[in-house]
Amino acid sequence: MEQKDKVLMINPEKCTGCRLCELVCAVKHDGSSNPARSRIRVMKWEMDGVYIPMACQQCQDAPCMGVCPANAISRNDDLNRIEVDYDKCIGCRSCVAVCPFGAMGFNSIDKKVFKCDLCDGDPQCVRFCEVQCVEYVDADDQAILKKQEAAKKLHAKSHKVALKDA
Amino acid sequence: MALDRKIAYINLSTGKIDIKPIPLDVRRKFLGGRGLDAYLLLNHSKKGCDPLGPANPLIVSGGILTATCASATARTHVMAKSPLTGLLGSCNMGGFFAPEMAWAGFHHLVIKGKAKKPSYIYIHNGEIEIRDAKNIWGKTTTDAQWAIRDELNDQEVKSLVCGPAGENLVAFANVMTGIKNAGGRTGMGAVMGSKNLKAVACRGTMDIKIAHPVEALEYNKRFIDQITSAKVNKTQGTLGTPFIWGATNSWGGVRTRNFQYNQCEYADDIEPEVIDDICEDTMGPYHMSGCFGCQVHCRAQYRIPSGPLKGKYEEGPEYTSQGAFGGETDTPRAETVLVGNHLVDQYGMDNLETGSLISWAMELYEEGIISSKDTDGLDLRFGNDEAVLEMIERICFRKGKVADAIANGGIPASKTFGKNSFDYLIQVKGMSNLHSDERATPGLALNIATASRGSDHLRSRPAIDLYHLPEAVLRKIYSSPIPYEGPLSSEHTEYIGKPWQVFWQENCYMGVDCLGICKYHTTFLGATLPNFEDWPKVLYFNTGLEFTPEELWEISERCNMVERLFNLREGLTRDDLEKGDMINHRYFDEPTRRGAPDVVGTTIDREKFTKMIDEFYEHKGLDKKGKPKAKTLKRLGLTNEPSKML
Repeated sequence: MEQKDKVLMINPEKCTGCRLCELVCAVKHDGSSNPARSRIRVMKWEMDGVYIPMACQQCQDAPCMGVCPANAISRNDDLNRIEVDYDKCIGCRSCVAVCPFGAMGFNSIDKKVFKCDLCDGDPQCVRFCEVQCVEYVDADDQAILKKQEAAKKLHAKSHKVALKDA
Repeated sequence: MALDRKIAYINLSTGKIDIKPIPLDVRRKFLGGRGLDAYLLLNHSKKGCDPLGPANPLIVSGGILTATCASATARTHVMAKSPLTGLLGSCNMGGFFAPEMAWAGFHHLVIKGKAKKPSYIYIHNGEIEIRDAKNIWGKTTTDAQWAIRDELNDQEVKSLVCGPAGENLVAFANVMTGIKNAGGRTGMGAVMGSKNLKAVACRGTMDIKIAHPVEALEYNKRFIDQITSAKVNKTQGTLGTPFIWGATNSWGGVRTRNFQYNQCEYADDIEPEVIDDICEDTMGPYHMSGCFGCQVHCRAQYRIPSGPLKGKYEEGPEYTSQGAFGGETDTPRAETVLVGNHLVDQYGMDNLETGSLISWAMELYEEGIISSKDTDGLDLRFGNDEAVLEMIERICFRKGKVADAIANGGIPASKTFGKNSFDYLIQVKGMSNLHSDERATPGLALNIATASRGSDHLRSRPAIDLYHLPEAVLRKIYSSPIPYEGPLSSEHTEYIGKPWQVFWQENCYMGVDCLGICKYHTTFLGATLPNFEDWPKVLYFNTGLEFTPEELWEISERCNMVERLFNLREGLTRDDLEKGDMINHRYFDEPTRRGAPDVVGTTIDREKFTKMIDEFYEHKGLDKKGKPKAKTLKRLGLTNEPSKML
């Protein structure tokens, strides 16, 4: 499977809230442990036990790309990702403001915007997530996998028996 | 760098705050976390200081690896002189507090004095502020945490708080962070309460530069694979610690009705699978959560299924709560355990001590040592679920004679109740034992007798002793990094070799507590998990510091000896039932009544037990009275304590 077809798929239900993804993302990209540098962040509602990891969706019609006054943001079809060209970036943070997922970050230490680059095809958040809450899958399969999960739930509800994975 | 994290001395009486670096030679002697806490406690407290007085230093820390690229470096350690035991007060907890404190620039806080009014400490990127807690005082542990976030207008703030029990100076009030992460033991919440300190809140975005990031990342992956591949951790990750309930109970290792039986009847009703069924309706199929960076995710989530608190979100219950509110009190019903667990978490009270002392009071009630007049009419018989839950509330708010006495701790309460009530109290050094029954496991009995903070399973327990591992396997584990050629036995009912195992485990657990790593990531419940041989690599990749396994072993020995020095200074004497390395007479005199064939009818043999203590002291370099020999102190570089390096 080529990387140009792959996407990050997150199933928040599986998240244990441990934030290891944040740690390894920051260490991989910046050599430092610091969630403020992580491209993926786990949002939490602790009083309800709900944890939702948020990362860049690498949108087809990316708002960050559209809003950038310096044309510094572009789509790389080979790597199936949205990229920032730091030679062009003026650091205005318009992309941070416009992203519907909060996935474009601004690092106040280095004074730079930053976003998920899918670790050039080996996303560390996926590699370290033992519960497979974050997965790296073929874009065509994403909906099928979601259908399977939903179907299992429907079956369990109506038959009171959980289906096992093959 | 982890090594540039600072230590802050905070005086709540004067408002003075001193921030200092932690010198490298101190790191090389004590690493960080619990070990360095012990050094700070010995150096910053005076002999005989009042545990609830302003001079008692409250020390809060992360380990040397906290928040680095090592597995599960989530642990926070808290130390002070204990209001429960009058000896070493020390507790350790998971969650997200210590990492946030490290990102805010600090590894250790030494908090002295007493604030004039309820206050909390706010630490933000290297800066420390003492703030008014008038809007937070009186709140439950979770309400207090959310109120701090709202007040600071920052939902990422992580706080360590005491609950109403700490404010009411309950001697076993705990410190909490998150929903259920508790620094449960020895009453550190009461020390916070005594200082008018409701919370320490942290928020940080400071880099912790990793010395060798590529290697650290790769080694971390290997480490995690090793940890998650252990069957024990896979099971923990689906059922949590309650997975050991059934097995332990079936062989006869669960004390029930205080100490009358060593096996709980109807134990199936509180098995984790039963609780899981209840949870699944409210929490869905994935209801485990994890501490920072941990792939074991042993913490279950649930909502209270019925009753007045129906729908309240909670986490756990741990194995400890099964025993505390199910087994010991003989109320093995899921709802009682789930509600009891929720109440102690909200009030900020040690579940283990609370359940253990309630079951003690129940035995006293049935024996006629305390009466219904003393309990204001509460029918404190075993098996009364309502009485258990009512007692939790009464203890927290000190309502009535019995609960108010118990809130002062077991030994002071035994003096209030009089008669022979002390004889029924299952404690060491003033701290209650877990609901475990050690009469058939001499190694575990030695562990609770000699643990530095009182009767405790997390300081030196050779838990793998119960697996009957072949002697060759035991030898491989226990002969590294220091050669051991003495006897070892695979038999858990034996006395042979156990002192070395307890000594080895004591050093192993001190090691993880200095690093800031969880015990589920070392040789505690899993025999195949990392220890001294693996830690030097993790330390090197993350901090750049080089150590040999033997050096790390020596650091552990040194830190354990510092705890010993503190306890000796505060009155530890070998055979003293209140302050010594001694277990209750019932271990020697009352044979077990239930359990497996090799368990039923056992007691601890007093003579063999004494020999085990002798041998254990020998391994530690102590004399027969339990005091360190001069050559031991010299070897460990502790001749001049307190040496005031920090």
